[in-house]
Amino acid sequence: MNGIKIDNVVFNYPNGFCAIDDVSLEITKGEKIAIIGQNGAGKTTFVKMMNNLLRPTEGTITVDGIDLKELTTAQISKKVGYVFQNPGDQLFNRTVYDEIAYNPRYNKLEESKVKELVEDAAELCGITQYLKSNPYDLPFGLRKFVTIACVIAMGSEYIILDEPTAGQDLDGLVLQSKIIDELIKRNKTVIIITHDMEFVIDNFDRIVVMANKKIVADSTKKEIFWDFEILDKASLKQPYISKLAHDLKMKNYIIDIEGFIAEVKNK
Amino acid sequence: MKALEVKNLSFKYLIGKEKVFENLSLSINKGELVAIIGRNGSGKTTLCNLLRGFIPHLTQGDLEGDILLYDDSILKMDLSDLSDKIGYIFQNPFIQISGIKETVYEEIGFGLENLGVPRDEMIRRIEEIIKLLKIEDLKDKHPAELSGGQRQRVAIASILAMDPEILIIDEPTSQLDPKGTEEIFEIIKILKEQNKTIILVEHKIDLIAEYADRVILLNDKNIVFDGTTSEILSKEDVMSYGTNLPQIAKLGIEYNNKVEKLSKIPSVLEEAVEVFKDKV
Repeated sequence: MNGIKIDNVVFNYPNGFCAIDDVSLEITKGEKIAIIGQNGAGKTTFVKMMNNLLRPTEGTITVDGIDLKELTTAQISKKVGYVFQNPGDQLFNRTVYDEIAYNPRYNKLEESKVKELVEDAAELCGITQYLKSNPYDLPFGLRKFVTIACVIAMGSEYIILDEPTAGQDLDGLVLQSKIIDELIKRNKTVIIITHDMEFVIDNFDRIVVMANKKIVADSTKKEIFWDFEILDKASLKQPYISKLAHDLKMKNYIIDIEGFIAEVKNK
Repeated sequence: MKALEVKNLSFKYLIGKEKVFENLSLSINKGELVAIIGRNGSGKTTLCNLLRGFIPHLTQGDLEGDILLYDDSILKMDLSDLSDKIGYIFQNPFIQISGIKETVYEEIGFGLENLGVPRDEMIRRIEEIIKLLKIEDLKDKHPAELSGGQRQRVAIASILAMDPEILIIDEPTSQLDPKGTEEIFEIIKILKEQNKTIILVEHKIDLIAEYADRVILLNDKNIVFDGTTSEILSKEDVMSYGTNLPQIAKLGIEYNNKVEKLSKIPSVLEEAVEVFKDKV
């Protein structure tokens, strides 16, 4: 079966702290999905189990039908790539080029193929001009794009982005939308964790909400952002346009500017 | 009364090819909450570093012009004299935390220890800040085991404990969820009510619209816009400088351009309710 299938997964940290409590989820190949929820809800722990950075205490995770327990780290990178929340946890090479080339070289690809992969990923992430720079000479916002390029060059089928929107300006957000679109076009699956609800509305339809170690909702953005019980449980708020529609007692679950204007015109 | 004044400032980093600022002037009044916006690379953090004296005291470069804290030139003041007057909350909480303290409680006391604050006073201030930031549950934890959002709150706590009169806050909420973000803005509001002067760099423009008195937009080595928050954050042009506008303002502009002219572009929710209440 294609896709990621997570069955009754529990994760306890070595000190006994339970971070994920009996969670199940299915992600279809080729889709894009946003995971939202409070700090400390377990989002990062949850996605790290999808590429063996953490191993579940209980339960199973399969990717394209293969149990993750059967895969080595090198094999898993072909399947699932994870872009760290803090670029400092991920970057260690002296140039951006070597950083992006690290995994393709590890997989013993021809240097010409490596070059092709690096150039493609760098172009998509808008960092071609920085290939010779040291990643740590780049500002935080750009460093994030280096980490995304690394995972793209790995050729992973499933790409997990952990808070890529943090600290990005408008240009950065627009570029991230473009990267996500391109990855979907290339038949990749994109899983994102973010606190930027406007970014979620602009780019995703399926949303998974986590609160207190569990998934509390898995639905469309319209359903989620008008379900006050869920929003409350996950300490989330309605996005601004929905809030305005709510304050004006408009109907029809408005979540974006387009929907709002259409509704006003309809009157 | 001017708390900070930048006079004809030009600056280039030692290793930089181009100047970051060219002949920039600006003054910030006591008690004002000023948001600095602009695309990444427009110099927001550099400006913060200059106002705090980290440049040129720690990081050198070619500098012309002057920066005054009240009537004294920051360029000539001692960095340690500045540290109890201007607090600086770093963009990246992973850098700010000292790494040598074993509990959050001690981490928050670290700055106070260095300022030589007496023990009783230190304890009083630490506990006050812990309560203000609602981090009672973190106080015995090791700073290294905190999540990104928790670290951000601890980083803020450790600066507020020193009770500086001026605060420079560089993206304090980048790792925080929407609720945590609002909590930080509520704290900023309390600080403003205490008549602190606050300089805030932040990308979450919808919240700037709600809380800031004034907005300064940086681009290409200088200031492009400087005015009241509602004036600046209803200008469509802002987006051509790589900076987002509040969702509410974007809606207003879109409606204004495509449906009918509005007498005023709203930038916060209450204004939008006023504008649209007769239209729905």
